[in-house]
This record gives sequence, C-alpha cells and structure tokens, in this order.
Amino acid sequence: MRLNGKIALITGANKGIGLAITQRFLGEGAIVYAGIKNVAEASSDLNILKTKFDSQLNIIKLNVTESENCKEVFQQIKKSCDKIDVLVNNAGIVSYELVPFIDFEKLQLMIQTNVVGLIKMCQLASRYMARQKSGSIINISSIVSLKGASGQAAYSATKGAVNSFTLSLAKELANSNIRVNAIAPGMVSTERLKQISQEKFGDKVSQIGFGRMASPDEIADICLFFASDESSYVTGQLLGADGSLTI
Amino acid sequence: MNNLDKYNQVFCETFSVNSDVLGTNFSNDTIENWDSVLQLSLVTSIEDAFDVMFEPEEIMDFKSYEKGKVILLKYDVII
Repeated sequence: MRLNGKIALITGANKGIGLAITQRFLGEGAIVYAGIKNVAEASSDLNILKTKFDSQLNIIKLNVTESENCKEVFQQIKKSCDKIDVLVNNAGIVSYELVPFIDFEKLQLMIQTNVVGLIKMCQLASRYMARQKSGSIINISSIVSLKGASGQAAYSATKGAVNSFTLSLAKELANSNIRVNAIAPGMVSTERLKQISQEKFGDKVSQIGFGRMASPDEIADICLFFASDESSYVTGQLLGADGSLTI
Repeated sequence: MNNLDKYNQVFCETFSVNSDVLGTNFSNDTIENWDSVLQLSLVTSIEDAFDVMFEPEEIMDFKSYEKGKVILLKYDVII
C-alpha cells in the first residue's frame, strides 16, 4: 500500500474529484479526513466509503472560507493523529461567464474559496508539517490557468493565483522537506461538468485530443503520486492533465 | 517544571542565552539575531510547550519576552 499509515486531509471531498481522491487514498491505506461543507449532507457515495472503511475515514465539517473552522480541523487531526502527512486542496468554486457578465459578488466568494481559503489551509498545514520535517501539499488547479479559456477569465485568474502560490510555497518549504505541487486538470467527467458541458461547452469534447474527458479517478491517480513517497524528490511542479485539450 | 520555567527554557534554547538575560528588555529591538526565522522557531516551540496554536497576527506580534506572556494569557496560560 502506497500510503499506509499516512494521514491525509482532503477538502471538497463530497463528490467529483475530491471523492475520487478520498477513495483512492483509502484504498492505499491512508487515514483520510474528508472535509465537506455540511456533514449532514454527505453524499451517498461518501457514506458508502464510510461504511466500507469505517474508522479509516473521518468525515468532517470543513468550510475553507471559515478561518476558525480550518484551525479547528487541524487541531482535531493533531490531537487524534499527532501528525499530518498530506493536504489536498480540492475545494473550489467554478464559474462560467464572459467578462462583461462577471458577477463580482460571486467573484469575491470564488477568490475567498479558491485562493484565500487554500492559502489558509496551506499556512496551517505547513506549520504542522514543518515540525515533522515532512509532508506533501497538493493543490488542485485547472488547465484554464495555463491555457486560458473564453468564458472563464475570472475562474482562471483564481487558479492562476493557485499556481503562483504553489511555486513560491514550494520554495519556501523546501528546507522543511515539505513538497508542494499542483495538478491542472482539463475537462473531468464529474456530474457537475457533465451537466454544464452541454449548455456551456457544446462540442468541446471534440477538441480533446484523447476524444474524451478525464475520469475523476485519473486525476486521483496523479494525486496519489504526489502524496506518496514515489514523488519524494518532486516539488514546485504544475502538472497538466488535459488529454491534449485545445481550448 | 512550572510555566515560567518552560517559557524561559524555550527562549534560552531558541536564542542560546542564559535565563538571567530574559526580561522586559528582551525583544526584537534589543536582540541582534532576532529575525523572522528565529521568531517563527520561537513561536513554534512555545506552541508545542503549551499546546496552543496562535493566530497569524499573534505570531507577527510575538516580538518580545513580555509580549509573549500577554499573548499566552489569551489561551489561559499564565506565566
């Protein structure tokens, strides 16, 4: 098992990519803290994992825009496990609108979630990981941050911030043996994107070299690589996973 | 070991000084090697010693021996 005994915290774990990462990590022996906004609204898939993996999976309330909540979560993990090995910052808000239609209230929330919340989580994780002199932080970015996409200027800006934060944080934490990397997925066949893609993207799938979207499991596989010791000498990397998408 | 002893021990180990120099004048203004790296190390050791976790603004504010005592008081740690 590639993550045997490792303690992992995953944000936005209720569905989609976050859920796939949770499942993959559990299967590889990690003890997972699956952060979701409202525990009472845990998805049926997440509850199935809970039944299967029992105490190996901890479903916890985590809203990355609530600073105090973030702090409590880390304190809880420290108290229970006395360490944290992996943080996956997956929680995020996506938007699709042309620049003239950018809703600034929504933009503020997106920045709070995708950027400020992520930085807060990294700040807290790095303080614990620095004491251990080990750890892996994985930020989920997006391919639009590297390639751009019409209708996603605001969203891509937040993910661009994630990329540059990742690169700088990797440098800052290297001497504490903490690795920081980002994954930039292209189109992933989550339920959310499947619903939206028809109305917003039309035939975009035809623009993917592979001719199909990624599955959440394929993104989880990359995440596993960054979380495991197999990437022990890898930090400060932005790994695109877009199946040769032309945006 | 009481709280004052624990508190002093962290300062002595972080700054490589004897406890007799610790007091109201021990701050980032008077200690030459008190830089941000050492301050972070100091704060981390204090957090470990007293099982607390400071807010970022408290970490930034932890710039003297006396100020640290005031910050710890917020966490019901009396030095």
